[in-house]
Amino acid sequence: MSEPRRRVLAAMSGGVDSAVAAALLAEQGHDVTGVTLKLWCYGTSPVSPRACCTLDAVDDARAVALQMGFTHFVVDAEEVFRARVLQPFLDAYATGRTPYPCSLCNQHLKFGDLVGRMELIGAEWLVTGHYARIVAGADGGWGLHRALEDAKDQSYALALIPYATLARTRFPLGELGKDAVRDHAARLGLQVWDKPESQDLCFVPDGDYAGFMRDQLGETRGTAPGRFVELDGRTVGEHRGIARYTVGQRRGLGIAGAAPHYVIGIDAPNNTVTVGPRAALESSGLTTGMVNWLTVAPPADGARVSAQIRSTHRAAPGTLTHRESGAIEIRFDQPQSAITPGQTCAIYDGERVLGGAAIAAAVPAVPAERARAGA
Amino acid sequence: MIYLDHNASTPVRPEVAEAMRAALAEHGANPSSMHQAGQRARAAIERARAQVAALVHATPAEVVFVSGGTEGDHLALIGAAWARRADGRRVAVSTIEHHAVHGAAEWLAELGFAIEPLACGAEGMVDPAAIDALPADTTLISLMLANNETGVLQPVAEAARRARARGMRVHCDAVQAAGKVPVDAAALDVDYLVISAHKIGGPKGVGALIVRGGAPLAPLMRGSAHERGRRGGTENVSGIVGFGIAAESVARELAAETPRLSALRARFERGLAAVAPDAVIHGVRAPRLPNTVNASFPGARSDHLLMALDAAGIAVSAGAACASGAVEPSPVLSAMGVPRALAVCALRFSFGRGTTEAGIDAACLALADAVARARAVAGAGV
Repeated sequence: MSEPRRRVLAAMSGGVDSAVAAALLAEQGHDVTGVTLKLWCYGTSPVSPRACCTLDAVDDARAVALQMGFTHFVVDAEEVFRARVLQPFLDAYATGRTPYPCSLCNQHLKFGDLVGRMELIGAEWLVTGHYARIVAGADGGWGLHRALEDAKDQSYALALIPYATLARTRFPLGELGKDAVRDHAARLGLQVWDKPESQDLCFVPDGDYAGFMRDQLGETRGTAPGRFVELDGRTVGEHRGIARYTVGQRRGLGIAGAAPHYVIGIDAPNNTVTVGPRAALESSGLTTGMVNWLTVAPPADGARVSAQIRSTHRAAPGTLTHRESGAIEIRFDQPQSAITPGQTCAIYDGERVLGGAAIAAAVPAVPAERARAGA
Repeated sequence: MIYLDHNASTPVRPEVAEAMRAALAEHGANPSSMHQAGQRARAAIERARAQVAALVHATPAEVVFVSGGTEGDHLALIGAAWARRADGRRVAVSTIEHHAVHGAAEWLAELGFAIEPLACGAEGMVDPAAIDALPADTTLISLMLANNETGVLQPVAEAARRARARGMRVHCDAVQAAGKVPVDAAALDVDYLVISAHKIGGPKGVGALIVRGGAPLAPLMRGSAHERGRRGGTENVSGIVGFGIAAESVARELAAETPRLSALRARFERGLAAVAPDAVIHGVRAPRLPNTVNASFPGARSDHLLMALDAAGIAVSAGAACASGAVEPSPVLSAMGVPRALAVCALRFSFGRGTTEAGIDAACLALADAVARARAVAGAGV
């Protein structure tokens, strides 16, 4: 082993990626302690093989630890999860935004709670199965970069993690492709090697967010029916509660008409959902909440950056301007479609994540027209 | 590693392992078979039966071998309540019983029995006077001899006296007491008493229910007339042999081991006062097992402490573990009225045969560091 033996805390969801990440470190001879965060209690019935934090997921993670001969703990983090991820998730939907809980979970659980627990066992590194890279900069600082394989990159979901954690974190999969990970899993004889990838939110495995909020959390905000309105203010139908809609949505609106309708905006105080043609989804820019910077110093006003506005978006070039209270505005070179309040905006300089923030609002593409429409 | 979790399980004693190895090699026959090989296996079981009976001052005929404490408690509670169902469908169970007893009571509740709780005081001791106030159709009471989490010894003899006066049968889970303090089923005058092999240096998967004086018992496992018709199933010969040897060994050493453990406990509690002056020892004013200390470290969550101590090579227990391994506040501490904030900061240290003064001192040092780390983590808002 070229490196000295390190004490390592490995986050293990029960899936193949985090299993291989932990197992590779153990194989290299490091002193690994695996932890599975118990975020949400499903009881004993397996809701879905893809859901993490179930008893099956705990068993899968434990089996990997057993196989590789390292210690494994289940860490009860339900309280933190409720306060830092679930509650903001509910608040966002109730106020007409579309949350991105994976950002918050990474920020507060994996790179929050677990970093704290490193001190308990004297761990030098935190290891996770994320597809991203941490690169040492010439200035002695650290940079979060996209994974080598673009299709697997998860740097977007990491844009809100604290900068200080980069120095202590290792992403063993950042340089690997998905096949390489499965190959490692098979080579090491890990039973999770052919486990399906998780797709939806881990705590809503069936994808029915509105049903989950109502049935599991007793949430009533955002569920009252209201009006669908056109850009010009005309009522064109009744919606089933604002929590069921997201900007850019076309399916499930139930509005008759020749041209397809898209959700353009959600007005929570008035309980209306604005709909319109696809072209009306375009915006020239966005504003954010307070930015989490992953750099020693924030970029200068007017810096040329690219911004990714949802997990499936291809980052688009634009210009950054600082605003009050640590917020920023991005002006895109080309208008972008369906900029959605509540989603994470990750700011890149090429491959490097400079920082991230929740999107506060879209900046209208053609202000005069939108103003006339009264939207 | 310094192992301070003997209430969870104990290392198998060398002489036990040796006897079991021999039994596995020699006793391939079924102890119920008529031939000589069967008779030799039967003889091995009966030797063990006498050894186990001697540990708890019972007669060999009163010993029913079972798979462990959980089965023993189930057989006693359900078997006794069911056998007496014509006299009443009500049993009383102390609130601090082991899950095994609460689980059996749950079964009885599903079968239509009423379950009366026997509450405990702040020091973790059940008040036997409550038995006088139980409804007249109560047929059975259940009270453990020593609590597994706090080590607090329960007034079983007094409870049995009051229960008997009212025509109730008495079940006593003595799993944690056996091998640590003298257990005398006759002096306690209980009807049903349960012990487990793996808590006294024997193997896992074997235990005994003592059924005294022909107390009524409906068997749960029915089949051939094993264990005098009280528990069907071919006997776990090697396990039973190991259990017998373990019982004999702890009975022989008890007079010396009890004071040795008491001295270790006193040393540990002195150390605790030095490294964590604000630690709260639960049940400290009650009579306790000589090997058990249950203490809370305010501001340091038990799951954090457990991880830190494990990394330092010290094995202890937190509160009761739930199915997924996450830590919940102990129901026993809750029953004692310990506030949740303090209950989630509790650790159980339980000493045993391999525990030394040096181990105790090392554990105290590691504990000082672990408490500091756990408090730092809590202070960081985790």
